[in-house]
Amino acid sequence: MCLGIPGKVVEISDSGPLRMGKIDFGGVRKEACLAYVPEVALGDYVIVHVGFAISRLDEDEALKTLELLRMMDEDAVAMELGSMFAPDDAAPPAQPPAVSA
Amino acid sequence: MKYIDEYRDSVLARKLVDEIHRVTTKPWALMEVCGGQTHTLVKQGIDEALPAGVRMIHGPGCPVCVTPLEQIDKALAIAARPDVTFTSYGDMLRVPGSTTDLLSLKARGADVRIVYSPLDAVRIAAANPDRQIVFFAIGFETTAPANAMAVWQASQLGLDNFTVLVSHVLVPPAMTAILDSPTCQVQAFLAAGHVCAVMGWTQYEPIAAKYHVPIVVTGFEPLDLLEGILMAIRQLEDGRAVVENQYARAVKREGNREAQEAVARVFEPGDRTWRGIGSIPASGLHLRHEFEKFNAEVRFDVGDIHTQEHPACIAGQILQGTKTPLDCAAYGTLCSPQKPLGAPMVSAEGVCSAYHAAGRGLAAPTAFPLYELSRPGR
Repeated sequence: MCLGIPGKVVEISDSGPLRMGKIDFGGVRKEACLAYVPEVALGDYVIVHVGFAISRLDEDEALKTLELLRMMDEDAVAMELGSMFAPDDAAPPAQPPAVSA
Repeated sequence: MKYIDEYRDSVLARKLVDEIHRVTTKPWALMEVCGGQTHTLVKQGIDEALPAGVRMIHGPGCPVCVTPLEQIDKALAIAARPDVTFTSYGDMLRVPGSTTDLLSLKARGADVRIVYSPLDAVRIAAANPDRQIVFFAIGFETTAPANAMAVWQASQLGLDNFTVLVSHVLVPPAMTAILDSPTCQVQAFLAAGHVCAVMGWTQYEPIAAKYHVPIVVTGFEPLDLLEGILMAIRQLEDGRAVVENQYARAVKREGNREAQEAVARVFEPGDRTWRGIGSIPASGLHLRHEFEKFNAEVRFDVGDIHTQEHPACIAGQILQGTKTPLDCAAYGTLCSPQKPLGAPMVSAEGVCSAYHAAGRGLAAPTAFPLYELSRPGR
């Protein structure tokens, strides 16, 4: 119930007492109330909880997060290169078990 | 699916795990507040991939689990009335009350219906003026805007056959109660991203400052959780304690103003009992006086309620993070998702059901025998 799902706004209706819309969740379409996200437009992504969109997803922020995560790798490479010139007295980091995803 | 698949990238997940190992020099105890986050952590084995000594304590953020037994028993008493159609989110139907649950009541002929949205309950009320429609309005700040809108709509439509049985809880007072406990082990919080999508994070800033505890607003996908854990551990290692936002794509500092205003129009804060935890001051939402006619507890006299928890269930300690399901003698034996003794084994956000679904501490995976039985040619 508390689990929100991101979906794409594919239909908006302002004819009733409440702003409603159809949201596409990877092929499954459901009706949702858009009263709390008056700024959304067709094609926007929203988080839906119990039939109500509570947040519009910010594409720029989403890309920024992923970019930062990818850059972390470059930082690690740079660090790895740096460590080639550092005194070799530290044990290598323990290898964690794989994280499935 | 967009905004889901890219946050499940296993290569990036591995990099985050490596980075967490690199920055960690001491043992730390972090609490993820939300049951949805618990499920991702356990399902993906994220908690087991962390450095030795870094521990995830599972928080009380399962709305179904903390709905007090007294409210469940009231729901059962109201749902049993012949003039009532009782509507609820699906998760509540199998939550055990003192003697039975809503699903069993339905099997015995009560008119109990699952609704996806509280607006569905309002529609049922408008279409059935000769029946009393009651909606079980439970949840955290995430469902409060929806439940508030249902009451508001019923009031706009002038419905006199719609009421709500309210059991709403709020996250910040629960975090404060956990931090005030003399046995508190939590050193940092991952705050529930969707609660913050509604409420923002300004309420958490005084908590971080007063208790010197890092709070990271965190999303629900594996990469979100790993990044949230990394941000919290970085703060702990640096001796910082501020509110940071990992879930920037969905959460703004001020939250969703429209939703907050709708909640404040219909509800006001008040004390609330949490199942297994006890009463926490100002930790719940109650209907405002002007909406009292929509209060099911006023509309229906349910008499004296005498609650009785199952003696083998340790859900209270599990919800407070002092025990895990593996410490429970009933886990996987007396208590299973098919025959739950306590709410955390029922709910999709409950810790016990998360452990059970992942097969933790079970002699054999539960799914395979069912699969074998359903195969043709046996």
